[in-house]
Amino acid sequence: MMAKAKSIDETQNGTRPAIAVEHAVKRYGSFEAVKDVSFSVAEGEIFGLLGPNGAGKSTLIRMMTTLIPITGGKVTIAGHDVVHEADAVRRMIGVIPQALTSDPDLTVQENLSIYAKLYSVPKAQREINIQEVLEAVDLVKWRGAQVKTLSGGMRRRVEIARGLVHNPSIFFLDEPTTGLDPVSRIAVWEMLDNLRRTRHLTMLLTTHYMEEADKLCDRIAIVDHGTLVALGTPIELKHSVPGANVVEVHFDRETPEWKGRLENLSGVTSVQAESAGFYRVLTSSGSATTMQLVELAASLGETLTSLSVQNTTLDDVFVHYTGRQLRDEQVKPPAFTMPPRPGAQP
Amino acid sequence: MNRMFAIVEREMRKFFRSPTLMIMSLMMPILQLLIMGNAFGGKIVGERVAVVDYDHGPQAVKIREAFDSIAVNIKTFTTVEYTDEVQAREDVRTGKINAAVIIPYQYSRRVYAKDAPRLGLVVDNTDQFSAGSIETEMQALVTALSSPVLEPRLVNSIALEIVELYPYVGYMKFLLPACVALAMYISVMIGGGMLYIDDKARGVHEGYLVTPITKLELVMGLNMAGAIKAVLSGICLTVIGSLMAGLGVIFHPEALLELFCLIVVTSIAFNGMMFLLMVRVDDPLVPRAMFGVLNLLLFYPSGAMYPIAAFPAWLRAIAVIDPFTYSIHGFKAILLKDGGFAAIQFDLWFLLIFGLGSLLIATPLFKRTL
Repeated sequence: MMAKAKSIDETQNGTRPAIAVEHAVKRYGSFEAVKDVSFSVAEGEIFGLLGPNGAGKSTLIRMMTTLIPITGGKVTIAGHDVVHEADAVRRMIGVIPQALTSDPDLTVQENLSIYAKLYSVPKAQREINIQEVLEAVDLVKWRGAQVKTLSGGMRRRVEIARGLVHNPSIFFLDEPTTGLDPVSRIAVWEMLDNLRRTRHLTMLLTTHYMEEADKLCDRIAIVDHGTLVALGTPIELKHSVPGANVVEVHFDRETPEWKGRLENLSGVTSVQAESAGFYRVLTSSGSATTMQLVELAASLGETLTSLSVQNTTLDDVFVHYTGRQLRDEQVKPPAFTMPPRPGAQP
Repeated sequence: MNRMFAIVEREMRKFFRSPTLMIMSLMMPILQLLIMGNAFGGKIVGERVAVVDYDHGPQAVKIREAFDSIAVNIKTFTTVEYTDEVQAREDVRTGKINAAVIIPYQYSRRVYAKDAPRLGLVVDNTDQFSAGSIETEMQALVTALSSPVLEPRLVNSIALEIVELYPYVGYMKFLLPACVALAMYISVMIGGGMLYIDDKARGVHEGYLVTPITKLELVMGLNMAGAIKAVLSGICLTVIGSLMAGLGVIFHPEALLELFCLIVVTSIAFNGMMFLLMVRVDDPLVPRAMFGVLNLLLFYPSGAMYPIAAFPAWLRAIAVIDPFTYSIHGFKAILLKDGGFAAIQFDLWFLLIFGLGSLLIATPLFKRTL
């Protein structure tokens, strides 16, 4: 389903959804952070929530994980209502918050052990679980290391292990790879995919990285201004955007007429001016539009600095539904940022 | 219960891995004890007092001999000869000398004639400690000079015989109870205030809130950990401070038990108060800003440095509800007076009720959600 999603989607196979969000609303005074959002996540599915900063993704995830009370609607996790059966919900879920919150002074083992105790995992089972999750995130040989001595990627893996130490069936990850270098990010993706397969986890993650959503998620919901604006598989979402290909063209010289000229080419559905002389052209036929472009430039005596053709990406989907790109977002600085601890690795 | 102890375990592991909290909570009170104890505790010696002798008679010589005795024995001051009263007064004003004694013309004659003889003493009363010390010595000297050479067989004046119950209490000893309470306050302020809010800001509490831990378990776990840290600080400072001040009370098992009980209830009271103050705070700057204000508001009105009886009514009102008041009173009763449980009974009950009362108010205010 690609169109504006307003109710629990029809992709369910008749079984009880792992996560069901029905007409969820969250208000802070007169401000409505989440407006009548509905969707469901099937068991074993990896579900992505995309959206610009301030769109309501984190609010939604916090509503689902019992961290903030919901104003209206209903959210059930593994059949348990987050309002009336909050404790049962908490036992079913593992949550990886956006920030790295493991204790830097404690060892990996101690961090995991304390969280296992918070979930009342019996002692014998605790040791087994810790060993298993450490193997799953490939940190066995680091179990005795203080977390502050680990790299950013390893710390993120500690967070993931911590979220799994009580064997949850549903896993919430709020921007799990933010701040990681590309290699660590890919390692986390592979690990999450592996965890889903081996542990039969249902995952709901928020992300800023379209590539991450594309690679990991079975289905994606795009949220903007607190509203669900699109929902579907990555392929469905890409098909929902007019134009099968994207042609990126960079002219040597910027003239105001270029946008109009590009829009008049046959097959072109939309033209986005990115920067001076640089355009993204959505077209139904990449090869035909490329030919026309080269001919047009030659006839006008203009020089093309670069030209590339690619399939529609989730970036295009995102821009199509939210009308803006992530990099255009003005990020409100946090009120206070804790200084890094001495000795902590960035 | 296990979940509560998991919180305590986490806090204590952090505490011992990063000894900064322990060191910082002990450093200031120990320095205070060391510096203030030595700076304020000693007797004043070596002051310079001008003698302007206009008389030069036998009674004036007697006074000068007494001054020489003071200079050699008690050493409160030494004398400097001046010939001009105006110059002496000016030098007291400018600080070249600390005081001036004026022996007026005809002083000896007036003494013999029993004609109201007078000595003049010019002091710099901006320095109350020095001035008071010189005044006391001079008063003793004048009293001695006024005493009859032969005591009458039947004394008709009333004499006051003072019995001091305890051995001499030096200033360092006097300061120790306040320093122990201060060490625990700093421990609670850092551990229960600053680090608690820092953990909130870092998202550590968010990690707790997604687990099935109950509100009560979380509150009790955080407070128990805070109280244990404060108890450890209190014990450390009691032992170190007692050794520094030369108090042997820590070697008496009964006194140790009393001290331990007092340290525990003080920790509960301070921690409960801090938790109540911080329960709805999210900004890490707030506890840092409050640190000095609270210290001023709670420490000084407690009678730690000056008797509460001398306070105006509004300051006494603060002292009545201030947990420092009862903690310091209790520590004084044990460390300086060996008063036993009977002497600290009220303090123990007040601190315990204050701490539990604060927690009772704070717990419903604690939010189980973000």
